[in-house]
Amino acid sequence: MPEASRAVDRSRTGAVRVDGVSVRFGDLLAVRDVRVDIAAGTFFSFLGPSGCGKTTLLRAISGFVEPSAGDIRIGGRSMTGLRPNKRPTALVFQSLALFPLMPVWENIAFSLAVRGVGRSVRRKRADELLELIALPGQGDRMCHELSGGQRQRVAVARALAAAPEVLLLDEPLSALDLKLRQHMRTELRAIQRRVGITFVYITHDQGEALAMSDQVAVMRDGGIEQVADGNELYDRPASAFVASFVGENNAFPGRVSAVAAGQATVATDVGPLRADCGEQPLAPGDEAIVFVRPEALRLGAEGTLGEMDNVLHAAEKAREFEGRFWHVFLEVGGARRPAIAAQLHGGGPAGQGPRGGLQVGFSAKRAVALPAGPLAAG
Amino acid sequence: MVLWPRAVFARYGAGVGAALLALAGFWVLLLILLPQLTMADFSLRPNLPPAERGGPLDGYTLEHYAYLVFGSGQSGTFNTVDLAVFARTLLAALCVTVVDLALCYPVAYLLAQSAPRSGQGGWTRLMVLALVVPFWVNEILRAFAFRILFGDSGVLNGLLLGLGVAEQPVDFIRADVALYGGLAYAFVLLMIFPLYNALESLDRSQVEAARDMGASVVATHWRVVIPFAKPGISAGCTMVFMLSAGALAVPQILGGPSSLWFTQLVYQWFNTGNNWPRGSAYAIVLLVSTVLLVLLAMRLFKVRLAQLGQ
Repeated sequence: MPEASRAVDRSRTGAVRVDGVSVRFGDLLAVRDVRVDIAAGTFFSFLGPSGCGKTTLLRAISGFVEPSAGDIRIGGRSMTGLRPNKRPTALVFQSLALFPLMPVWENIAFSLAVRGVGRSVRRKRADELLELIALPGQGDRMCHELSGGQRQRVAVARALAAAPEVLLLDEPLSALDLKLRQHMRTELRAIQRRVGITFVYITHDQGEALAMSDQVAVMRDGGIEQVADGNELYDRPASAFVASFVGENNAFPGRVSAVAAGQATVATDVGPLRADCGEQPLAPGDEAIVFVRPEALRLGAEGTLGEMDNVLHAAEKAREFEGRFWHVFLEVGGARRPAIAAQLHGGGPAGQGPRGGLQVGFSAKRAVALPAGPLAAG
Repeated sequence: MVLWPRAVFARYGAGVGAALLALAGFWVLLLILLPQLTMADFSLRPNLPPAERGGPLDGYTLEHYAYLVFGSGQSGTFNTVDLAVFARTLLAALCVTVVDLALCYPVAYLLAQSAPRSGQGGWTRLMVLALVVPFWVNEILRAFAFRILFGDSGVLNGLLLGLGVAEQPVDFIRADVALYGGLAYAFVLLMIFPLYNALESLDRSQVEAARDMGASVVATHWRVVIPFAKPGISAGCTMVFMLSAGALAVPQILGGPSSLWFTQLVYQWFNTGNNWPRGSAYAIVLLVSTVLLVLLAMRLFKVRLAQLGQ
């Protein structure tokens, strides 16, 4: 059986290499010189705001879009010139694109039917896959009778039935409500572990990307900003865009005044701030942005945070209840500057509404200084 | 959608609702049912001069239907001439339908799938316009234009002779090429628009999904697109079949000297034959048999009647 032998040699066959791929639509360069290696058997996400070219890249991998430059290799084999039906990929569409006139099992076994596999074998395979997606015995129902989450899983099963080396998923959860989405990402991750093939996932939802993926590529404007695991993206963003797009971040733009021992001092409009700059190519005089996460901010009454690397005077403008913590919006360095956000656990300084006389501080280790660049919108 | 009177009143109020129902009733009863019933009644009566109608000789009879089957001769013989015309008309109408479907399906598919969303709407609209404009020309004129095109000294023959492909003019009229071409052309729009309607609502990602699952282009159409478009296909086929079986002007003008269309027989009985009851009987036979054929085909392809209205 070809499927079985393919499964044995998974280490190589499911690897995807995107080698300098550009996609041009007329005047628009939708994908620009993307290079990324996706290891076989991993859950890999492309994360980016809408219009960043991630869907185009996925369609290039699946063969619906021909790259204007570069090559895509799957399992070492060049995909150039291969039609979608000849590639070892299967795509789960954003709209799911289930066939409305076929019952669930025929949907799932569609790829077998077009290969001329007999009905009883198809039915058996469909039932196996229904087990895998935890919908046993639902094969004879019609797709419109299923719930959103169930249809979602049927779409995944249909794609898996083709025994692809790489499963491509185009924002398949975007139509679901929040609870179901959270449930489905656990489910998808579990399915990926069970079948062991490469999953390439496209999303604009960083929560999805960080929760499910082994590796995430953050995309902006057709190019890749950073490829890393979730932790690294969050803690050591490689660009101002990644820092502002992944998670919540407070930004303090300024100019580098000194760099020493992996830390930069940046002169900002709220005063000099010290932050980690790691390997970033920063030199005195460069424009830079200091990013600090809300959870890294410490809040206290005036004069209580003296020992911290960075201390700012602040006034509380508003607070929002988030369940586990309060989101506190602080005014630092005058009202013209956008408010910064901090997290407040438990009681903290009591009182509602605006009040001044506060200090906010953070350690240089928990902040990053990055070369100035475009930020994520919103 | 079933518009029960109560729902109509609830939706549009008493005044507008009553007007709508009256119009629909006028349409169905006065313009469709009544003429057909009158004709059915006609077909069952002997052919009498006006003075004797309603007199002692008037009554109900099946003689006209019997004439179509057995002719006027002695018992045991069949009216082979008329029956052959009848059979050939239905068969030819079927061929015209198949040809139209084969021609229109790719066009409708391309039009529907390149519809406005992708910004290629410009040429789609232009193409639809190009399809529609010729139909502003009267049907008779179009038929004559075909006659000129296909005639002995017509454009096509001129081309064939000029290129040296043929040595003698090809008699397209006698070979019924002109007739079938003319009929197919006459009903192209009635095929394209239902197909286009059905295909336009097909989510393009379904086609892509099928391709992605390994289906060839043919398999994609066979398994996904055609089943989806089935209501449109049956609506188009029904219209083209019914109308070409019932066409009169085009066969009259483009038909070869030896080929009669069944409607021409009806026409002859009404006009030159001056036998309206017999003409009515022939017309009823044509109507009933085409309807039965359509119902049979729908049964065969598992299409429900309500789907034709989609």
